[in-house]
Amino acid sequence: MSSEASKYLFRYVVGQRTFGFSSLAELMAKASPARSGDRLAGIAADNAEERVVAQMTLADVPLSLFLEHMLVPYEEDDVTRLIVDTHDKTAFASIAHFTVGDLRDWLLSDLATSEKLKAVRTGITPEMAAAVSKIMRNQDLVLVAKKCHITTAFRNTIGLPGNLSTRLQPNHPTDDMAGIAASILDGLLYANGDAVIGINPATDNVQQATRLITMMDEVIQHYAIPTQSCVLTHVTNTIECIEQGAPVDLVFQSIGGTQATNDSFGFRLEHLAQAQEAALSLQRGTVGNNVMYFETGQGSALSANAHHGIDQQTCEARAYAVARHFNPLLVNTVVGFIGPEYLYNGKEITRAGLEDHFCGKLLGLPMGCDICYTNHADADQNDMDNLLTLLGVAGCSFMMGVPGSDDIMLNYQSTSFHDALYLRRVLGLQPAPEFNVWLENIGIRQSQPHFSLHEKIPEQFKAPLQQLKQQLNEEKQ
Amino acid sequence: MKSRPSPDTLLPTSKQDAVTENHWQALAHFTDARIGLGRAGVSIPTGHSLAFQLAHAQAIDAVHAKLDTHSLLDDVKASINQTSHLSQTTGFNHLFGKSPLLLHSQAVDRTQYLQRPDLGRRLNDTSVALLEQYRHSSTQHYHLAVAIVDGLSSLAIAQNALPFLQALSELLVISTDSKKNWQTAPVCVVEQGRVAIGDEICEQLQADCVLVLIGERPGLSSPDSLGLYLTWGARVGYTDAYRNCISNIRPAGLHYQDAANKACYLLNEARTRGLSGVELKDRSTDQTINMDQKTDNLLIAPFQKTQEK
Repeated sequence: MSSEASKYLFRYVVGQRTFGFSSLAELMAKASPARSGDRLAGIAADNAEERVVAQMTLADVPLSLFLEHMLVPYEEDDVTRLIVDTHDKTAFASIAHFTVGDLRDWLLSDLATSEKLKAVRTGITPEMAAAVSKIMRNQDLVLVAKKCHITTAFRNTIGLPGNLSTRLQPNHPTDDMAGIAASILDGLLYANGDAVIGINPATDNVQQATRLITMMDEVIQHYAIPTQSCVLTHVTNTIECIEQGAPVDLVFQSIGGTQATNDSFGFRLEHLAQAQEAALSLQRGTVGNNVMYFETGQGSALSANAHHGIDQQTCEARAYAVARHFNPLLVNTVVGFIGPEYLYNGKEITRAGLEDHFCGKLLGLPMGCDICYTNHADADQNDMDNLLTLLGVAGCSFMMGVPGSDDIMLNYQSTSFHDALYLRRVLGLQPAPEFNVWLENIGIRQSQPHFSLHEKIPEQFKAPLQQLKQQLNEEKQ
Repeated sequence: MKSRPSPDTLLPTSKQDAVTENHWQALAHFTDARIGLGRAGVSIPTGHSLAFQLAHAQAIDAVHAKLDTHSLLDDVKASINQTSHLSQTTGFNHLFGKSPLLLHSQAVDRTQYLQRPDLGRRLNDTSVALLEQYRHSSTQHYHLAVAIVDGLSSLAIAQNALPFLQALSELLVISTDSKKNWQTAPVCVVEQGRVAIGDEICEQLQADCVLVLIGERPGLSSPDSLGLYLTWGARVGYTDAYRNCISNIRPAGLHYQDAANKACYLLNEARTRGLSGVELKDRSTDQTINMDQKTDNLLIAPFQKTQEK
């Protein structure tokens, strides 16, 4: 063997040409469907042919290799340690002889039933999930994700087959209480908010989070809404909120797939464990005890310069190892928020959304998606309609409900309250069952399978609406 | 022969029947969020749907419209000439009485700019040479370099950069205190630039600090938002931790005069303390949250609350 050839760990011959890849990380990156973030990192395939050859090479890699070759060294990274230390060898045994290509065939086959997928789940590492996703077409990602049934619960049940939940996102640029209340009311009357009523605070501190948590708790208690609230503040803030007696339902944190990414977010895994324990101690769940809400998104590791030369989709899948260790109620991939230097256009955003949803579901997570874009990305609401419909078909657990798709605090476009109703109609999807009963009883939705809303305002909401209008008149005077 | 459908099934129902208005529309007063839109079936009615498309179209155009650098340079020069008639020692002339320089980043066009933020942070070779040449032509020490950068909204620059600079220049020259006397480098206008390109400009001009005026990422209802970044002793490679930012400067946002007051405060503080960034807090108009503000939960009417207790 020549010295030129021996420097490659992986080689593949196409006709007269030999392609070489010097590491598993390089092979994974070059096998990734094209996206701007990998180009920015300088790790993408040089051309279309090299990409497919990398995919063919990756298809021949045995799954067992992912247990031997760590993409980020065990000693340096607590996410790697988590992946290795919690790997279920018994569950892995039934697929241990597979290559990546074999895994794809098996996942698509009738052998991989929902029960079987559940049984092997803990034997699949994030790197294996990422690898197989790279050789799957969009329809493959939809088909397999739909077979993965992941159910979680707090005050209602998320992720049952045939259900689609929404996060009601009533953000306001100055956290104005009346402004937030108006958006919450609008969302509830549009039958949104069963995944969570979740606010991104404009001012990020413990006092402000406590105010917002208390306000949402009053609403949920008063109307006996089978849902949960969350203020998307830093995990250490939420721990303080709990210590100070705030009525915290869910603990939020943005997470990434390497320790260095999470360092840039300012937390360690111990913080998540501590926060989970604190939230569980409040015993606020009525039908379940999933108390964590995580957000992720491709590109976060690269933007923190913490990617170790690994492609952004594999980094993203590694974040799911962090998520699944803490039994979350919801995991949300915020797919188009990061900007065009990571996902350039509607096509790249769509692909990433389907990959994230598939990998998350395969690994056992209650995956939802913030189907979104910024104004400097080459994308528009039609791209969101497409991804929204695809994810609805794929059995996505939840999506965002933002008034008119326009988040006036975070300055990006997501999906609207109306979009959720569109999806429920065209695909016959229903909200979480407990929430659905509430919607009917309070008089928001009509009691027929076809998703329809009542025209009149429910009796119970007339008084607060009157009060809001009164406040309005006072302000006008 | 097919029977004709009866007129009843042929004629559409009235427009009012197709759209269900929301009785809570008035609440839109409390927020700019798009609430109370009503619905056609369960979908967004035509008017609101197209209004959204218009806002998005304006935001996209703001990102892709090329900054008209020639007219901006002309305007800067005109401002200098205009104020020089009024006074030799105050206003724009005093601060920016030198011909502006036109620079370009390493990103050749918008497509590359959007995908390669690293290239938008560095000057191209021609621009570096221009600055070196300028620096060698004068021994003047500069307290401040100002960079006008297109960023993600040329519209923001075209509409807001000069009015803001005029407001700022009037504030900076009022002081007779020599320590607050600002000797400024020529205004640099930069195409396809990111915030950090100011660091290289500051370094090349050997200025004490740099103030970057940049077009911010357009929001759906704010395609024209101007941002300011102040960096003391800026050098290539500095991170955002070294910067102070003032955001959302536009007629419908933070007004020029208020922005200029804040910027003037930060500039003087930075100069006094010899630093900027996380250690330099803006206490000019400390906008802390008033925790005593009305915390009545408007979704729960007071009499209902009383009943509960």
